[in-house]
Amino acid sequence: MGSQTDLSSNSLRQGPDEHGHFGKYGGIFIAETLVPLILNLQKAYQSVQKDPEFQKELNYYLKHYVGRPSPLWFAKQLTQFANGAKIYLKREDLNHTGAHKINNVLGQILLARRMGKTRIIAETGAGQHGVATATVCALFNMECVIYMGRVDVERQKPNVFRMELLGAKIIPVTAGNATLKDAINEGLRDWVTNVHNSYYLMGTAAGPHPYPAMVRDFQCIIGNETKDQIIEAEGKLPNTIIAAVGGGSNAIGIFHPFLDDPSVSLIGVEAGGKGLDSGETAASIERGSPGVLHGNRTYLLQDDDGQITEPYSISAGLDYPGVGPEHSWLHDIKRIQYVAINDDEAVDAFQKCTTKEGIIPALESSHALAHALKIAPTMQQKDILIVNLSGRGDKDIDNVAKYLGVKI
Amino acid sequence: MSRIASCFKNLKRKKRGAFIPYIESGDPDYQTALTLLKAMPIAGADLIEIGMPFSDPMADGPTVQAAASRSLKAGTTMQKTFQMVREFRQENQMTPIILMGYVNPIEHYGYETFCQDAEQAGVDGLIIVDMPYEELNCIQTYAKKHHLDLIRLVTPVTPQERLKMILKDASGFIYYISITGVTGAKTASQKNLKKTIPIIRSVSDLPIAVGFGISTPKHVRNAVKQADAAVVASALLKTLESTLDQDNHPTIDTVEKVIQHVSILAENTL
Repeated sequence: MGSQTDLSSNSLRQGPDEHGHFGKYGGIFIAETLVPLILNLQKAYQSVQKDPEFQKELNYYLKHYVGRPSPLWFAKQLTQFANGAKIYLKREDLNHTGAHKINNVLGQILLARRMGKTRIIAETGAGQHGVATATVCALFNMECVIYMGRVDVERQKPNVFRMELLGAKIIPVTAGNATLKDAINEGLRDWVTNVHNSYYLMGTAAGPHPYPAMVRDFQCIIGNETKDQIIEAEGKLPNTIIAAVGGGSNAIGIFHPFLDDPSVSLIGVEAGGKGLDSGETAASIERGSPGVLHGNRTYLLQDDDGQITEPYSISAGLDYPGVGPEHSWLHDIKRIQYVAINDDEAVDAFQKCTTKEGIIPALESSHALAHALKIAPTMQQKDILIVNLSGRGDKDIDNVAKYLGVKI
Repeated sequence: MSRIASCFKNLKRKKRGAFIPYIESGDPDYQTALTLLKAMPIAGADLIEIGMPFSDPMADGPTVQAAASRSLKAGTTMQKTFQMVREFRQENQMTPIILMGYVNPIEHYGYETFCQDAEQAGVDGLIIVDMPYEELNCIQTYAKKHHLDLIRLVTPVTPQERLKMILKDASGFIYYISITGVTGAKTASQKNLKKTIPIIRSVSDLPIAVGFGISTPKHVRNAVKQADAAVVASALLKTLESTLDQDNHPTIDTVEKVIQHVSILAENTL
């Protein structure tokens, strides 16, 4: 935030335009009832971007509550195992609540407070965004309503109880296929109904403008810290950065500060599910096409008639049929390469990181790790590869046990 | 003069409001929906709004959502919706048809082809729920070229300045969403209508239809007292739903009950 005022005219970091477009992607495709709220939010966000007091307040909480900066860990054991590039892990798993999600939640809740909103609505899939939201709402004594697909409520029971302990009200969503996309629909329906006191806290860098830009800006702290840390450790920029992409907030957060460094290759890893062509995948960029959902134009998984199809991934956090609009644009202009990692490869990387580094990564982040372990051996030993370890995997141990056929 | 304009002109002469029932395309199946569509004008429908089902109808309440999902399960596509309108037009050249839907299936179909096919099928207007004024340029020129009115939506929270902007080049009629919320959730209050409709009238001469939150004969009466038309969706869909068997197939009651409900509501537009 704020640091983008002195960008050169050909910078890739200038987007979106005033209408929220990244190339042909983005926009504000929402019901008319929500438009005044969104325009109001755009204005409110613009005003805090220029407000040093806001930045100061945010930094205070990021440092003392979240525990930032998060370390950049040289993963010596994984490096030796892969026998190629040096592998570093950006430890977002060490943040309070265990993932990158809280960076964005803090920023938006401080904004909601300034706007005089008293009630926070959010959606959650795996529960990480929901837990972060419930946590910060507890801190600031705000009413918190979390929409969660009934299927996800079942697969993420500990997180549901965690949110309830924090004082949030969890509303299971039975519409559609009862997963993340349906939770977003229901959250938006709540917002359209409670327009006066409520703030919709989007958890990923998608949705109508200004969410994709705002969430990105709040997540850019990941990339900004990484840049300083790698220069301090190695005296140079990395060759490659890898991050998992569902909606894409952790990825855009670590990538964005490097967009104008052409020597740094950036790789987004989508969830291949059971395989890109298995019909059970969540790889929106690789197997989707441009369309409009949840307020923005972006790559979507859809059928021949423009109906959204159900995504699949072992990781609930990547189980989304779309992707943030800036990723769609960065894919089209070929600044970022998008690849897919399947369930089995992700679980394998999950185990390798756990046994070799003593770090249990989230299944989402395990997709990024799997790709890193794939390409590190093809790189030289002087090369540097950074993986965004976006969250910790404690929440996933039940699912991994089930996948491996272990009873716990 | 367009079908929509002459429809409202005739009603004005008769000093009557318009009744606009909503029907979900292909719900519970193609043939039943077509039968309902053909019977509606005879039961008193002045215009008809046809919903094009979408997998993620974010502005709709549970009743319309359920209708959309029944319809998609029954195999409804955009092509079949046009086919239904074409078949309707073989016997009815008078009643305006408004297609209501979400951006994605239209964008996927292609804006230009969509408008061309809609005109050929006999469609008169479009309501695209998640395409606000700011994004209309995707479709505007094609809609105009193919004589389709892009119906503008106005809500209780639309500021005056925005109202002017939205309605400046509007055509057909204005759709006033009388509540904040999803379809079928709450009830429009007479007080709110009394306050808001004159504000809209001061900005535009177009007829005003009131929708979202109109479910009873009394609501219909109130709506046409202040405005020019009443749209009823969820209440009719609930009647339809109540007649289906456990596999969501129609029964012998389906057409009769829904049409009966349409005529009861339509009687209140005098």
